[in-house]
Amino acid sequence: MNATILPIRTPAETALAERFATERARLPGAAAVRAAAFARFEKTGLPSRRVESWHYTDLRSLMRELAPAAGEAAVPAALPEFEGLGHRLVLVNGRAGAGPLPAGVTVEPLATALAAGRVALGAAMGAAEDTIVDLNTALAREGLAIRIARGAEAALHLAFVTVAETAVSVASRIVVEVEPGAALTLVETHTGPDGLACQQNIVVELALGAGARVEHVRVNESGDAALALSTLAATLAAGSALASLNVSTGGAVSRHQVFVTYAGEGATLSLRGATMIKGRQHCDNTLVVDHAVPHGESRELFRTVIDDEAQGVFQGKIIVRPDAQKTDGQMASNALLLGDEAGMANKPELEIFADDVVCAHGATCGALDENQLFYLMARGLPKPEAEALLVEAFVAEALDQVRHEGIRAALTAKIGAFMRGRAR
Amino acid sequence: MAAVKETVETVKTIDVDQYKYGFVTEIETELAPKGLSEDIVRFISAKKGEPQWLLDWRLEAFRRWQTMTEPTWSRVHYPAIDFQDLHYYAAPKRTPGPKSLDEVDPELLRTYEKLGIPLREQEILAGVEISKVAVDAVFDSVSVVTTFKAELAKVGVIFCAISEAVREHPDLVRKYLGTVVPTSDNFYATLNSAVFSDGSFVYIPPGVKCPMELSTYFRINEQKTGQFERTLIIADKGAYVSYLEGCTAPKRDENQLHAAVVELVALDDAEIKYSTVQNWYPGDSEGKGGIYNFVTKRGDCRGARSKISWTQVETGSAITWKYPSCILRGEGSSGEFYSIAISNGHQQVDSGTKMIHLGKNTTSKILAKGIAAGRSDNTYRGQVSAHRKATGARNFTNCDSLLIGDKCGAHTIPYIEAKNASAVFEHEATTSKIAEDQLFYCMQRGLDEEEAVALIVNGFVKDVLQQLPMEFAVEAQKLIAISLEGSVG
Repeated sequence: MNATILPIRTPAETALAERFATERARLPGAAAVRAAAFARFEKTGLPSRRVESWHYTDLRSLMRELAPAAGEAAVPAALPEFEGLGHRLVLVNGRAGAGPLPAGVTVEPLATALAAGRVALGAAMGAAEDTIVDLNTALAREGLAIRIARGAEAALHLAFVTVAETAVSVASRIVVEVEPGAALTLVETHTGPDGLACQQNIVVELALGAGARVEHVRVNESGDAALALSTLAATLAAGSALASLNVSTGGAVSRHQVFVTYAGEGATLSLRGATMIKGRQHCDNTLVVDHAVPHGESRELFRTVIDDEAQGVFQGKIIVRPDAQKTDGQMASNALLLGDEAGMANKPELEIFADDVVCAHGATCGALDENQLFYLMARGLPKPEAEALLVEAFVAEALDQVRHEGIRAALTAKIGAFMRGRAR
Repeated sequence: MAAVKETVETVKTIDVDQYKYGFVTEIETELAPKGLSEDIVRFISAKKGEPQWLLDWRLEAFRRWQTMTEPTWSRVHYPAIDFQDLHYYAAPKRTPGPKSLDEVDPELLRTYEKLGIPLREQEILAGVEISKVAVDAVFDSVSVVTTFKAELAKVGVIFCAISEAVREHPDLVRKYLGTVVPTSDNFYATLNSAVFSDGSFVYIPPGVKCPMELSTYFRINEQKTGQFERTLIIADKGAYVSYLEGCTAPKRDENQLHAAVVELVALDDAEIKYSTVQNWYPGDSEGKGGIYNFVTKRGDCRGARSKISWTQVETGSAITWKYPSCILRGEGSSGEFYSIAISNGHQQVDSGTKMIHLGKNTTSKILAKGIAAGRSDNTYRGQVSAHRKATGARNFTNCDSLLIGDKCGAHTIPYIEAKNASAVFEHEATTSKIAEDQLFYCMQRGLDEEEAVALIVNGFVKDVLQQLPMEFAVEAQKLIAISLEGSVG
């Protein structure tokens, strides 16, 4: 049990090493940063169950082989759209196309920004370290550098779409700087072909200037065989506010990580999640909220609905550093198990080194309440409708803070679609 | 209120790093040579006059242990332990087989008198109309005396040193030893299996409610010794037993190692209540010395409707690293865990529980209260899991932490794993400091700050204290006050 395991490279690990060796000379930006990130990956390999933060999502065995890198492809005709949400940038296989931009927003290809030294990879990670972020840092060539000018207000839709005939891998990096006082609504959608074991590793870095406000919504509707890995890394300057919602229904295996570091006092954070999975899907939401400075506030609310044999994972860690007095952190993860074989692993963690704080977490899991079902059915609702109503009420709480009505309506509709899709 | 007043007075009478049990008893002891080898394992086994099967069992564990590495995942830090620089056996020299307290080395008795806890049955019970307490005292490695044996024997209860049980009841020991904590379980449990020197053995026959509380008293006295006791408690069908355990150690500059294993087995309808007040020497105000308490405690609810309840008050030890667990195998069985873990000075606590739901309709409840003061670190780490077949499993967990001072840390790491839809798990945890308004309210009514803190802390841990048998509750309350002294203001 405690025996030392000698690392044997999996085919995927070997292929990643080969890819880095051939690509490294052509990668834009500081070579040292990429080399250091890859060295960290090489030391540990792909995380397995034995790595604490990956205990429930054994990437080493889930990703035995590395799919070939995705090539260029045409923009597909059908793409997710949100009513009333202005500007959309489409990223086909991680490569961004051009499009009209709202006022106050500048967008350039990642490679250009890196070559000019205007952005640095990993700046928003704070003290956090993670293997798939390291891999992305080492290998990502495609992506965007986005800047929202001081005081500007903008809404932007990034539509990530995988277009391929066979399984491919995509690594893309978005670096967003929101200047002081600016406000941004950022929507990410992820779609791809069903039946192909595509591998995505997408990292979004978000630096909020003083008093900046960002509303971030991520919608994961990746193909049903995809391995969808994504990370949001954010730093919050004084008085800034970030609200981020992850809606996840796609992918065979998906993991969304959020790393937030408080860099200035009085920042507020709201992280929410709505996960609806079925079949044999596996969905992991992992958060690390690092209160490094005093007077930070964080709220986390994650709702997970699990049907059939699907497996849900929630890992949330709130760190309160020694000087981060007056921190207020509240975290909740609630799971509803609809299928008899459904499973949920909850690991809400508190790591607290300051005494004048109020922190709490709660985690529940269980089936639908029989009494509530009975109540609705006694009033004439057929069972499927009664269940759908209860599930909608359960999930909608995670969505109700979305201010943009078009987005909220579209997301709420997904709950109904999920319930209608149940094979009963 | 009387109790609170007492607490506060106790605090006042104590200097900052005074440890009440920090005396050394000068009695002759028999020491095994330092170090660990197969020879030492054979030496211990021979000393105990053990049968061949037990020696083989120990040797197998030892060989396995040699292939294992020390676990490092817990949130504690300490210099590497040199396992070859320890005595693995220390026994007070005495005339063989004391039949009663009178025959025990008077120096030993004086030690217990100073400890003032378990052997003073009459005093404790004076004026209190509850049943007597039978005590098995383990001094360094050897079980010294077991009281009230005859009375227990009348109802068929076996309560004796485990070395004696090996001789007198080999079938029972062989049937159950290592079935809850297998020799291969973890680094320290394997070490314990190889070198365990003594401990208590309890067997409650079917349908018997043990007529008195059973109690063990552990004390590490000798320098540079490791204490490796092994406790095995079996409650047969429909039996009930309440078992208490207390621990102290003298003050030493070096760290002493304590790696015990406790195994509980509850058969159909049986109930075991296991209470611990752990007050090993925590080290001085500089963090020097103290006990490393690396303990494996596990209960197996093997029978239907069986119940195992752990209650612990952890105030001592430089490092505590223990997770009393329940394996809920029997249909309708239930497990409980009530804990108060207090850390002050440089103490490090990483403790919690595991509730493994395997049977149908099993229930568990966890109530953990952590209090961190000084420069200490206090971690709750717990696992609740429901197997696919554990339909109707139910858990409620509440773990709260209280921080006193800005140099300490409180951490909560729960693992909650449901593998079937009918499992209902609820978990809640909070961390805060003593609220200003609560303090203000108390002080406004005339309490000084120390009294107010004591009152609020006692309220914070009240739910757990209520689970302790009465004699222990009083003791525990005093301990809490002593542990927190110097942390106020």
